Amino acid sequence: MEGRPAAQPVHTHPALNGLLQMQTGATYGVTAASLAALLMAGPSSEGAWCAVVGTDELGVEAAAMVGVDLNRVVMVPNPGEPWLEVVAALADVLGVVVVRPPVGQASPKDVSRLSARLRTRGSILVVWGEWPRCDARLGLTDVEWHGAGWGHGHLAARQATVQVSRGTAPAVHRRLWLPDVALGVRPAEVVSLRSIS
Amino acid sequence: MVVWCPDWPVMGPQEGLPAGTAVAVFDHGVVLACNPSARADGVRRGMRRRDAQSRCPHLVVADHRPEADARTFEDVLVAIEGLSPGVAPLRPGLCALRVPGRKFYGGEAEAAAVIAERLVDLGVWDVRLGVADGLFAADRAARRALAQDVLIVPPGEAAAFLADLPIEALEAPDLVSLLRRMGLTTLGAFARLSPADVHTRFGSHGALLHRYARGLDPHPISRRTVPPELTAVLALEPPLDNAESVAFSLRTTAERFVADLAAHGLVCTTVRIEVDSVPHCANQASQREVPPGVLAGTRSWVHPRWFGATDLIDRVRWQLSAGVTGAVDAVRLIPDVVEPLSDHADSLFGGTPSDRVVRGIARVQGMVGHEGVLAVGVQGGRGPADRTLASPWGEQPGAVRPADRPWPGRIPAPAPATVFTRPSEAMVVGAEGQPVMVTGRGAVSCPPERFRSSSNAPWQRVASWAGPWPIEELWWDDAMAARRIARFQVVGVDGSAWLMVIENGRWFTEAKYD
Repeated sequence: MEGRPAAQPVHTHPALNGLLQMQTGATYGVTAASLAALLMAGPSSEGAWCAVVGTDELGVEAAAMVGVDLNRVVMVPNPGEPWLEVVAALADVLGVVVVRPPVGQASPKDVSRLSARLRTRGSILVVWGEWPRCDARLGLTDVEWHGAGWGHGHLAARQATVQVSRGTAPAVHRRLWLPDVALGVRPAEVVSLRSIS
Repeated sequence: MVVWCPDWPVMGPQEGLPAGTAVAVFDHGVVLACNPSARADGVRRGMRRRDAQSRCPHLVVADHRPEADARTFEDVLVAIEGLSPGVAPLRPGLCALRVPGRKFYGGEAEAAAVIAERLVDLGVWDVRLGVADGLFAADRAARRALAQDVLIVPPGEAAAFLADLPIEALEAPDLVSLLRRMGLTTLGAFARLSPADVHTRFGSHGALLHRYARGLDPHPISRRTVPPELTAVLALEPPLDNAESVAFSLRTTAERFVADLAAHGLVCTTVRIEVDSVPHCANQASQREVPPGVLAGTRSWVHPRWFGATDLIDRVRWQLSAGVTGAVDAVRLIPDVVEPLSDHADSLFGGTPSDRVVRGIARVQGMVGHEGVLAVGVQGGRGPADRTLASPWGEQPGAVRPADRPWPGRIPAPAPATVFTRPSEAMVVGAEGQPVMVTGRGAVSCPPERFRSSSNAPWQRVASWAGPWPIEELWWDDAMAARRIARFQVVGVDGSAWLMVIENGRWFTEAKYD
């Protein structure tokens, strides 16, 4: 669509403030389902529709707890051979498409055509898995679960370092409660890892 | 004239059971209706389930389904309407009409006989008719008639007929109990009171019942209007082989179907599509004389909002591509559920998916099939996979377990972010490498020391663990459904957390907290 700015900022989950500002037409790679749900949560709370393609393993209850509105989520667990066409068709109309691509099947040519389509349609692609080219990649390190003991208690909260890397720039980190005991996601108060390194 | 089919709610449940089976229909735990065999064993209306079953242990218990009753009674109404227009349905099992064509049938008794015969043809054995001046008197007359017979109260004698009936015939329990205590045991005694006194003492409802008792009926029969024919049929001559060309030909029919409904202020939310087809061989054998098509496929489709013309064409195309053999001869669109248009009007601030989204998702359904696109939600359950609700996009989910119940034995929040559809086989061992087991009382044989999450994952040490959450599901069911399992949360030293389950000594990974 002519006249539209190439990328517009999209509402992002407050826990990622200053770490990542999502933009329309962008592709984000994640390594964990909870990060995919976290990226869906921002636009979904603003009324965007989301699709999950290529997997039925995303825990919908966990996604709902992060803030994804399940009434506006569709799943295509087994898109089969035309999975790229399905992603493109969904990206035409929905705000966020989460895809778990089949291993080694995304050729750079298809990827660049898809990202051109994302830019014209103003949609966001979240890739859970391998992808040749991403605007930003999110990963989890130093995961630390709280609540479970040695045969007592139960998993209640988790602290993890979210690492966002863009291209060749140095990665930025933040320690997050993902989730905290009240099932919310918020930054954890710890010493900045950057000052240590 | 009143047509009464006794024990109508029992008709549906007793269909297909051997004759003589005692059947009773329960509503809110008390007997609403029962059939003669149950009545012979002492089951009565208003009896509690436990009492009814103690008197008649072989009683077949069915729940009351008012919609189904009304729907099956519709057949009776249509049959009577075929003989005489203007039937007033009073409730399922009971309807009233004016005595049809005195000259045509030759009299009231003859007309009643024709109606009774028509209904017996329909399979309704027990039908009783009453003819009188007013609706109330005719209703009472039908109650006193024999099966497949009519009781006629001559004109002007309604009051005399009613005078002998017990006061309970009024069917107003509060008033009846009071009148009984006042010594009025028959309708005749009640009718002899002065209307002004009755109105002063019992109010307008009492005055109305008093008029009934005197054989005066203020309510004329309000006839129902015959429901409009909304089914749309597309007949194809010659029959077509190709789903696309059928869909193309269907456009006008589908648009007319939607427009007809809209003209009545209705929209269709469930449609049944019936397809007739002609087998290939028959088509080739005789070109000139095409045999009539046979019903090749029928299916109900549900729409989250309502069906537009393009939605209908899509459904027909999917149904045809799903497997109709032979050339298509006719397509019928039958509205199963229609709702008022006003209930579905677009609200000012949205709330329903925009047309763009609906069209886009329909396009994806065209690529991967109707069941390929799922709407998701959360329902009740103990395991993480049980708590996921997935139904084909555009269909209302069937049996949904309520999520707000306690579900004892379920794992406390937070929920795992990855739920494996097919649990992978895992291993959990204790300090000496012996497999960790759970006894029947939920005790763990030894604390887990090392585990691997799937058969090809590397072994790692356990950092912490929680559990077990033992669950004995459906233990009363001898078949496959019965399970005795125990769930554990296991955290590895690398920080990964898993939800594992042990069943019959074998470990599986159900979900990952990632």
